[in-house]
Amino acid sequence: MATAQGKNVYYVPHGSKWPAVGTIGLFTTMIGAANWLNEHSWGKPMFYVGVAVLLYMMWGWFGEVIRESIKGMYNHQVDTSFRMGMMWFIFSEIMFFAAFFGALFYARMLSVPWLGGEGDGALTNFYLWQDYAPAWPTNGPSAIGGAFETIPAWGIPLLNTLILLTSGVTITIAHHALRAGHRKQLLVFLGLTVVLGAIFLYYQAHEYIEAYQHMNLTLGSGVYGSTFFMLTGFHGLHVTLGTIMLAVIWFRCLAGHFDKDHHFGFEAVAWYWHFVDVVWLGLFMFVYVL
Amino acid sequence: MATHAADAHHDDHDHKPQGFWDRWVFTTNHKDIGTLYLVFAFIMFCIGGAMSGVIRAELAQPGLQFVQPYFFNQMTTVHALVMIFGGVMPAFVGLANWMVPLMIGAPDMALPRMNNWSFWIMPFAFTVLLLTLFLPGGAPAGGWTLYPPLSLQGGSSVAFAIFAIHMMGISSIMGAINIIATILNMRAPGMDLLRMPLFVWTWLITAFLLIAVMPVLAGAVTMLLTDKFFGTSFFNAAGGGDPVMFQHIFWFFGHPEVYIMILPAFGIVSEIIPTFSRKPLFGYQAMVYATASIAFLSFIVWAHHMFTVGMPLGGELFFMYATMMIAVPTGVKVFNWVSTMWKGSMTFETPMLWAIAFVILFTIGGFSGLMLAMVPADFQYHDTYFVVAHFHYVLVTGALFSIIAAVYFWWPKWTGKMYSEKWGKFHFWWSTFFVNVLFFPQHFLGLAGMPRRIPDYNVAFADWNLVSSIGAFGMLASPIIMFAVLWHSKKHGAPATTQVWEGAHGLEWTVPSPAPHHTFTEPPVIRASMLAHGDVTH
Amino acid sequence: MAMAAGTLPDRWQLNMHPGVTETARNAYHIHMLMLWICVVIGIIVFGAMAYAMFKFRKSKGAVAAQFSHNTVAELIWTIIPIVILIVCAWPATKILVHTADTSNPELTIKVTGYQWKWRYEYVDYQGKATGINFMSKLDGDSDRTRQLKSGLDPHAVKVGEEQTYLLNVDKPLVLPTNAKVRFVITADDVIHAWWVPALGWKVDAIPGIINDAWTLIEQPGTYRGQCAELCGQDHGFMPIVVEAKPKAEFEQWLAGQQAANAAQNAPAAAQAPVAAPQG
Ligand code: HEA
Ligand code: HEA
Ligand code: CUA
Ligand SMILES: [Cu+2]
Repeated sequence: MATAQGKNVYYVPHGSKWPAVGTIGLFTTMIGAANWLNEHSWGKPMFYVGVAVLLYMMWGWFGEVIRESIKGMYNHQVDTSFRMGMMWFIFSEIMFFAAFFGALFYARMLSVPWLGGEGDGALTNFYLWQDYAPAWPTNGPSAIGGAFETIPAWGIPLLNTLILLTSGVTITIAHHALRAGHRKQLLVFLGLTVVLGAIFLYYQAHEYIEAYQHMNLTLGSGVYGSTFFMLTGFHGLHVTLGTIMLAVIWFRCLAGHFDKDHHFGFEAVAWYWHFVDVVWLGLFMFVYVL
Repeated sequence: MATHAADAHHDDHDHKPQGFWDRWVFTTNHKDIGTLYLVFAFIMFCIGGAMSGVIRAELAQPGLQFVQPYFFNQMTTVHALVMIFGGVMPAFVGLANWMVPLMIGAPDMALPRMNNWSFWIMPFAFTVLLLTLFLPGGAPAGGWTLYPPLSLQGGSSVAFAIFAIHMMGISSIMGAINIIATILNMRAPGMDLLRMPLFVWTWLITAFLLIAVMPVLAGAVTMLLTDKFFGTSFFNAAGGGDPVMFQHIFWFFGHPEVYIMILPAFGIVSEIIPTFSRKPLFGYQAMVYATASIAFLSFIVWAHHMFTVGMPLGGELFFMYATMMIAVPTGVKVFNWVSTMWKGSMTFETPMLWAIAFVILFTIGGFSGLMLAMVPADFQYHDTYFVVAHFHYVLVTGALFSIIAAVYFWWPKWTGKMYSEKWGKFHFWWSTFFVNVLFFPQHFLGLAGMPRRIPDYNVAFADWNLVSSIGAFGMLASPIIMFAVLWHSKKHGAPATTQVWEGAHGLEWTVPSPAPHHTFTEPPVIRASMLAHGDVTH
Repeated sequence: MAMAAGTLPDRWQLNMHPGVTETARNAYHIHMLMLWICVVIGIIVFGAMAYAMFKFRKSKGAVAAQFSHNTVAELIWTIIPIVILIVCAWPATKILVHTADTSNPELTIKVTGYQWKWRYEYVDYQGKATGINFMSKLDGDSDRTRQLKSGLDPHAVKVGEEQTYLLNVDKPLVLPTNAKVRFVITADDVIHAWWVPALGWKVDAIPGIINDAWTLIEQPGTYRGQCAELCGQDHGFMPIVVEAKPKAEFEQWLAGQQAANAAQNAPAAAQAPVAAPQG
């Protein structure tokens, strides 16, 4: 269609039902989640219905975009819009993690020492928490959640670091393969990346189970537990999403959707994966090692 | 699609989708989405206004006449959330939707489908938020700043309010991404960055602020959620956290947020004043750099909202100095507006009146802001009506006035109809009179020692409160008058010309009025004469 | 006259009162300094605008000039505000450093905010624990009057001639004049803020955290304030009253309280900590 006007016309879709579907999905999810938290029995099913609608929306929306893309309706400028969209989305994700890293640094560098009487906290310690000595990890002066152990950095976390770093390499190899037109190499290395993501998740789950069952380390373990699980948890969620995205891209590679110069979908997922990787390095440093 | 594009180019025939659903619900057209945003914002302004009516009615006299204190607190909290997230922000996004593509010669927004989604999330987010008013335990009542532990005492509203904020955040972030992509990627050839109209510039920077801080707000409220429902201790000292930590994270969002609500206003005023002064904007480049400096500074001043939380001395000093510095780039803007008027050939149509009132009244709000920045004095001002007066000057006579100015300014372009100057001016003088009656006395109340967020007060405060409430009830007529003026224009307005205003320059004034459904499907060629501010690169 | 200024707000009051402590006077001075600077800048800026609007209007035949920048002017109005701001920052910094110094108090008071009342503990006076500790909440008259549609007239709530509606408590905090008093401030449930305008500062009372501040009241009198941080439904109804007495009278009062205490329950006094660290 767009070809009639030549490649110079920026493709503007005319109407789409997917955003409306997405809105209903999001609304249902949120209302469901809120009711679930407020212990209404229908909250949980409603939440899942909402998520299902959102998945349906993604399927349909991305499907439409893919079809349009294959038909050649997108010129270079449209491609640039997609790229910018993805880059700024990742930036927003970075800022989301920044809030939680900020909380971690604030707790470690300011609130815990102050509660323990350092710096400006002398009086706080004297009047309220006299027996509390600052340390990290901590569950605070009231030892909320009871004594806990922490996960040593040099076991599974190190392994997971290596896994993610490797996956960063494999996806780059896959990208080169795509650009060079080596289809088989592409599928193998992209497939490897998916597998590495899944292994990472497996270990992460294992670690959580350990923490909850044997180390008494939970979300409720004071500020250490809070920052630990929220940071690693949101990261884990992103790895899950990333792995699913990688898997989808793998199938799209199999279906031959991408060619040498036209594979924004692949690149977007690759960027996302690198972002997840870098966040993990931050986590490994500041949550596990230091 | 190609046929559409071709047709739109040859004649003004619009090819608007016909059915309601196709036109408004499934739309991907930046103009229709812009309209949706503006209508939505208008409705939200009315709802938020009604709540401020409850507040001012209760505060008109000492003693409790109408509502219980807890309900009063719900009104304050929801009034603010509705006005900020439902009124000002969507109104600006609506203006960006309408005008940015027209101003830079783009066929539409960069990501039209996502544009639709950004909008349609908003009404649902506010459904969730406003629904809480009808829940047992009522709406959130801990102030729009949601400070824990108080905000966590709310009943079932907590989860709903937090998820509503998440939805608003998702919407804002997608909207901002779209605007950035549009501005960076969709400019017509020749529309260099430093040739863009100032409204586009301010929105580019605002969008950046939005993407940078909305996720931080999302993080902050997520921590509230887990503190309440999942036993985390972020904001609980007994567990090693700190209630003050929330305030730091919140204001890291919150301060840039207030500039999100003023930078587009600066942009609007920088379009209007040159138009009616018939003279290029003074100091275009300085304006761009000043905007960027304000945005940069906005990230390092957040703790000026927290001077009384017991920060170490060094922190207080740092945040005081950084905050004071914002007066410098903001001053540059004010001086440039005045210089634009200087030696112009001015006329005072309705948009110009609102813009001039903006410059004066925003500056007054800025002055009180600067006073608040002085820590020793803020120990007295903080959490009093002096602060309430400050932020209503910058928000109402700042952000809101600029929105109204923009609507009058671009209305003929949108609808092809002129409005009645007489009634537009009446709307202006009415609102400007009452808004000052409403908010100026609040400075006095604050200085006399009246705390904010109280439903009742000592009798010594009664007189100024009554004056303020009278102003409020006058101001509440403002949206009604505006609605009447615009309705009348839509029905009976004289047809608008393409240029609309004698002094108007810029791409948006080269397309017919009303602007056809599709514009610039093929990029126009930009000539310096089309630019509002002439060629600034010489 | 100065004493009256500290007690209650006036009707139609326009400006901040200078208060009864050095801190309050300092705040007042900074406030007035900033106010005048803003007024002057305002007159210049708005004056220029007004002049332009009258002089350069089309209806008077003004023809628009086409200049669009002037580097010298722009530099001037960048630099002059910077200079003005430095002039403001200087005294503010000095005052702030002075205000932050809570060392060497004669009396230490621990203030705890509750929903919706205050607890005052006289931790130590001249190095000795006192064991005095009581709650202070809204007075009965105000409390009855403030109920929704109570039909009672807020103007009728009085202490002597003063209309004290919502600004009176059952038991005020009694302090000595001309003595450095340190406050250590915290809360039990949510955040509150302790504020008496005549003393010149407010400080947040945060659960689990101690903030400190100090005052040195120069004139005897009754000074009234309110909780200044939203703390729930009765946030508007937890006033603060400070009764400042000359030292001798204060000591008398203190002795009286201790005697009453001792008579009532013997074991209470021993526990209070001594020799708090200097914050
Ligand atoms: C659009 C919104 C907006 C804008 C633009 C501003 C602008 C400013 N604000 Fe305001 N502010 C709010 C919205 C806004 N604020 C809100 C909503 C709150 C309360 C939140 C809450 O608690 O609920 C608040 C609260 C607030 C506080 C906290 C008060 C307290 O709670 O104790 C402070 C303290 O520093 C402050 C300062 C400033 C300053 C210095 C500016 C500056 O940007 C102003 C700069 C402008 C000028 C100074 C005027 C023009 C300049 C000249 C003519 C040049 C020459 C001038 C001089 C050299 C003096 N603001
Ligand atoms: C943009 C934001 C905004 C706006 C517009 C307003 C508008 C008003 N506000 Fe609000 N207010 C806040 C933001 C805003 N406020 C915030 C952030 C707080 C702090 C809350 C807290 O403490 O947590 C607050 C708190 C607050 C208080 C203090 C409450 C307390 O501390 O207990 C009071 C009391 O008088 C008040 C009154 C009013 C009144 C009478 C108006 C009137 O101006 C209302 C009249 C105006 C209208 C009805 C709308 C006009 C609109 C148009 C004409 C539409 C044009 C638009 C289009 C065409 C798209 N507000
Ligand atoms: Cu206690 Cu407000
Ligand atoms: Cu701020």
